Amino acid sequence: MDSYKIREDFPILKITINNNPLIYFDNAATTQKPRQVIEAIKDFYEAHNANVHRAVHTLSLEATELHEKARERISRFINAKDSTEVVFVRGTTEAINLVAYSWGLRNLGVGDEVLLSLMEHHSNIVPWEIISKIRGFTIKYGKVHADGTLDYEDFESKFSSKTKMTCLSHVSNVSGVINDVGKIARVAHEHHALMLVDGAQSVPHMPVDVRDLDVDFLAFSGHKMLGPTGIGVLYGKKELLEKMEPFQGGGEMIKEVSFNHGRGRCDISWNEPPWKFEAGTPNISGSIALGEAVKYLQQIGMDEVFQHERELNEHAVEQLRECTKVIIHGPSDLSLKCGIIPFTVDGLSSHDVALYCDNYGIMIRSGFHCAQPLHEVFNLASSARASFYIYNTREEIDRFIEVLKEIEQL
Amino acid sequence: MSLVDDFVARIEGTCGAEKDVIVVFKYDKKDEAIARIRKNAELKNSIAGIIFELVFRDKSFRVYASGKAIFRSIKDKKELYDLLAGLLL
Repeated sequence: MDSYKIREDFPILKITINNNPLIYFDNAATTQKPRQVIEAIKDFYEAHNANVHRAVHTLSLEATELHEKARERISRFINAKDSTEVVFVRGTTEAINLVAYSWGLRNLGVGDEVLLSLMEHHSNIVPWEIISKIRGFTIKYGKVHADGTLDYEDFESKFSSKTKMTCLSHVSNVSGVINDVGKIARVAHEHHALMLVDGAQSVPHMPVDVRDLDVDFLAFSGHKMLGPTGIGVLYGKKELLEKMEPFQGGGEMIKEVSFNHGRGRCDISWNEPPWKFEAGTPNISGSIALGEAVKYLQQIGMDEVFQHERELNEHAVEQLRECTKVIIHGPSDLSLKCGIIPFTVDGLSSHDVALYCDNYGIMIRSGFHCAQPLHEVFNLASSARASFYIYNTREEIDRFIEVLKEIEQL
Repeated sequence: MSLVDDFVARIEGTCGAEKDVIVVFKYDKKDEAIARIRKNAELKNSIAGIIFELVFRDKSFRVYASGKAIFRSIKDKKELYDLLAGLLL
C-alpha cells in the first residue's frame, strides 16, 4: 500500500494549519475524504438528483439505482447475506438507538439483562440506560483490565439465562484494543442472547465479516471510513429485522396507510426491511458517497489498511517510549490493537498537549473521547489520542514525536 | 458589543475531568488579544514564542500563539468573563 500515492487523492492534506503542513491524527473521530467521494456527492447533485423509490421518472430511477447499488456494495464489503440486511442510518449512534428502541422496547422487561462493557463509547451505553429506565431491565457491565483489554473471564461470567442482549465494541475508540467479538457472539448465542457490535472503529480499519463473526447486529459510521457525515449503517440479520417493529414512522417505511371507516383510524402495514427502518427521504448523496468510499477501501484492500496502521502504530509507540514524560495507555502487546494511541504527558492536561500540537498543524484529540467509564478504569482525568489512517506516514509520526519532545520541556 | 465579545470568537468547555475552558480568539484579532493579555498578566514562562504561561489575579493560564487560551479551575462563566475583561483591557 502506497500511502504517499493515496495522499494525492485527499485535497485537504495539501492545506497548512498555523503555517505548518496539516498532520491529521484524529481519524478515530472522523476521517478525511478522497476526491472520489467528494466527486460522487457533486456528481449526484449535478446529474442525478431526485428522490428515491416509487417515482417512475428517469431521474428518480437513476437516483434509486445509485442508492441501492451503494447498499449492495456495502453489504458485500461486510459479507452480509444480501443487501436487505443493510439499513441506512445517520451513523453508529443512530444504529444502536434503532436496535435499543425497535428491539429493546419490545423485547426487554423486568428480570431481563443487557450486558455491556466498561470500554464502550457513550453511544453504546446511553441508549440502553434510557430504555432500561422505561422497561425496568438490568444492565451489567463487564470489567476491563488496567491495560484496557477486556476481562473475558468476568464478561463471560456475567452471562445468564436472563441475558437477552450483549453489546460490545469491536475496537475501543480510546485504546484501540480489538475485542474478540466472534468469541463473545458464540457465548451470547449459547445463552440465547443477541449480540450487537459497535463497529465504528473496526469496519474502517480491518476486514469485518458479519457471517464469520456471526453477530446479530453491527453498527458503523460512514464518516470514519472516508465517507461523508450523516450516513452510517446498521447491519442486522434478516430474520431479526423482519421481526422488529419500525424505529420511526413516516413515508418510505410503510407498505400501506388506509383509512378504516369502521374504526375511524388508519390501518398501517410496514414495508419490508431495510426500508421499514428508513422513514422519510434518506441521505441519498450520503449513501452513494459511502458506496464510493467503500469502493476506494476495497481497491486498497482491508488487510493492507490494517497492516499499514499496525506498522504506523508500532513505529509511533517505539518512539513514544523514548519520551520521558509521555505515558502510553493501553496494552503493551501491540498485536492486540489497532492504530489508536491514548497517552498523557506528565504534568500537562491533554488539552494543553492538543493545543501545543495544533500550533504545529498536528491535529490530535483530547478529553474523554466519549468514553468516560474507560478513563475511570485508567484513572485519568482525560487523555490525548493520536489515531492513524491510510494517508498517514512515518514521517508525520516522526514530526509528531519531535513536537512531543518539545512539549516535555514545558 | 463588550470588550470580551469584541475579541472572543468562542468559549469551549472541554470534555474531561479537569473541566478546562478553552477561549478561542477571533482570527483577525488574535495577535492584538495576545498582546493585551501579555501586557496585563505576569509572564511566568514562554516557550519558542508559541506558548505563554501567565498569571492574572492569582489565576494561572496558558495562551497559545495560534489564538487560543486555556483556563482551569474556573467557577462559572461570570468569573471567566471578569478575567477576560481585565486581561483584554
